[in-house]
Amino acid sequence: MKPAPFAYKKARSLDEAVALLGAYPDARLLAGGQSLIASLNMRLSQPSLLIDINGIEGLDGIALKNGVVEIGALTRHVQAERSEIVARHAPLVARALPYIGHVAIRNRGTIGGSIAYADPAAELPACLLALGGEVVAHGPQGARRIAAEDFFKGLFETALGPHELVTAIRVPAVRAMSRFGFAELARRHGDYALVGLAASARAAGRGFANVRLGFFGVGATPLRAKRAETALERGDVDAAVAALDLNPLDDVQASGAVKQHLAGVLLRRVATQLMEAAR
Amino acid sequence: MSDLRLDISLIVNGESVSERVDARKTLVDFLREDLGLTGSHIGCEHGVCGACTVLVNGEIVRGCLMLAVQCDRATVETIEGLSDSGEVTDLQAAFAQRNALQCGYCTPGMIVAAQDLLQRGGVPSREQIREHLSGNYCRCTGYHAIVDAVEAVAQARAGGKA
Repeated sequence: MKPAPFAYKKARSLDEAVALLGAYPDARLLAGGQSLIASLNMRLSQPSLLIDINGIEGLDGIALKNGVVEIGALTRHVQAERSEIVARHAPLVARALPYIGHVAIRNRGTIGGSIAYADPAAELPACLLALGGEVVAHGPQGARRIAAEDFFKGLFETALGPHELVTAIRVPAVRAMSRFGFAELARRHGDYALVGLAASARAAGRGFANVRLGFFGVGATPLRAKRAETALERGDVDAAVAALDLNPLDDVQASGAVKQHLAGVLLRRVATQLMEAAR
Repeated sequence: MSDLRLDISLIVNGESVSERVDARKTLVDFLREDLGLTGSHIGCEHGVCGACTVLVNGEIVRGCLMLAVQCDRATVETIEGLSDSGEVTDLQAAFAQRNALQCGYCTPGMIVAAQDLLQRGGVPSREQIREHLSGNYCRCTGYHAIVDAVEAVAQARAGGKA
C-alpha cells in the first residue's frame, strides 16, 4: 500500500522539532524511518506531518566520557557497528547490533529510533535495561535523563512526553570484572526475536554480583527477571531457569509455553557466556 | 500546510534530476513512476523482501522505507546504473549461468546487495554471503544457486577460477 498524504518539514534544530511537535499534535518524527515508513505504507499510522530530524546537527556521534558511552540518537546502527568505542567499551551493544534487521535496514535505522519506538521484541531496549543505561530526552523544558528502568512503560509506550524526543542513550562503560551475554532466537536471521536475552553482570568469586537480565519478546516491554538474577548471582543456573517468572503471552509466532521454554534455553546459553572471561 | 509537495534535486545513476514530488512518495515509487526506472521492484512495501534495494550515497537501502523527499541532494544508484556501467556484468552472467533466478523478481535487489558485499573486496565465506543477502527474499530458487553465483564471482574477481 501507499501512505496517506502528509506534509513534510525538515527541522533544523532540536527546539524547532519540539516547537513543531507542539504545533501539530499528530505529527510524527522521522529519523531512520525503518519502522515508521513501513507503518505509513500500511496506513497503520496517518500523521498530517512528518518532522524530519535527520538534518539536526550534533545528534549523531559516539563518545566515551567519565566511564559512560554516549551514543547520539541519530547514530545509524551501521555507524555503531563500525565504532571502535562501542566494540571496546560497550561490547553488549556491539554484540546485539548485528541481530537488528539486515544491512540495508541498519544503514538507515538509528539508535534513538530503536529506543523511542520501544518494540517489545527489539534488541537495543533490552540492552539498555540490562546495562542500567539512561535515555537523554529533549523537550520544551530542556534536557532530562530517564533511567532505562523507568523509560519503557508499555507496548510501544515510553516515558517520553508528547513534545519530547530522544537525543542520546548513555550506558556505563565496561570495567575489568564486567561480563556480558546476548542470545536470541528468531525464525529467520534479522527478524524480530521470538525470545531474546541481553545480560550484564560483575564477576565475583564463583558467582556474580549485579546480574541484570533483560528479556525481550516475552512481554509488552523488555523485562528484568529478578528472581532468576538472584539465583544466578549464587552461580546456580538450574535454579535461575526454574525461577524464571516471565509468563509470556501467546502471539502469532509462538505460544506462551514455547516462549517460556525458549527463555530458559537462552538463559543457559547466556549464563555460559557470562562465565567466560571478558574478551 | 504547504509542504505536501516539495522540489527535490538529486543525482540518479550519474544524471542530475530535479522534480516536484508528493511528500508521501517513497523513493522506489519515485524511481519507477517519475523516472521510469522500473528495474527496482516493489514486493512487500514494508521493508521485508529487499526487492527494492538501491544505493543512496553509496550504501544499500530499502527503496520502500525512504521517501523521495529525503533524497534531496543525495546520490542514488539503481540496478540500471550498475548494469550500464558494467560493474555487475559478471554477477548477472553468473546468476544466469547457475540458474540463480527463476521468475527474476528478486534479482535486481539481489544483484545490488551482492555487489555491495563484493565491492568490499576479498572472497567472503558462504556464511557471510548468506548473512549479507539475508534481507533479500527469493521465493523460487532456495538460495543455494544464488550463493553459488555470488561465491563464484567473488573468486573470479580475486583471480581464481569461476
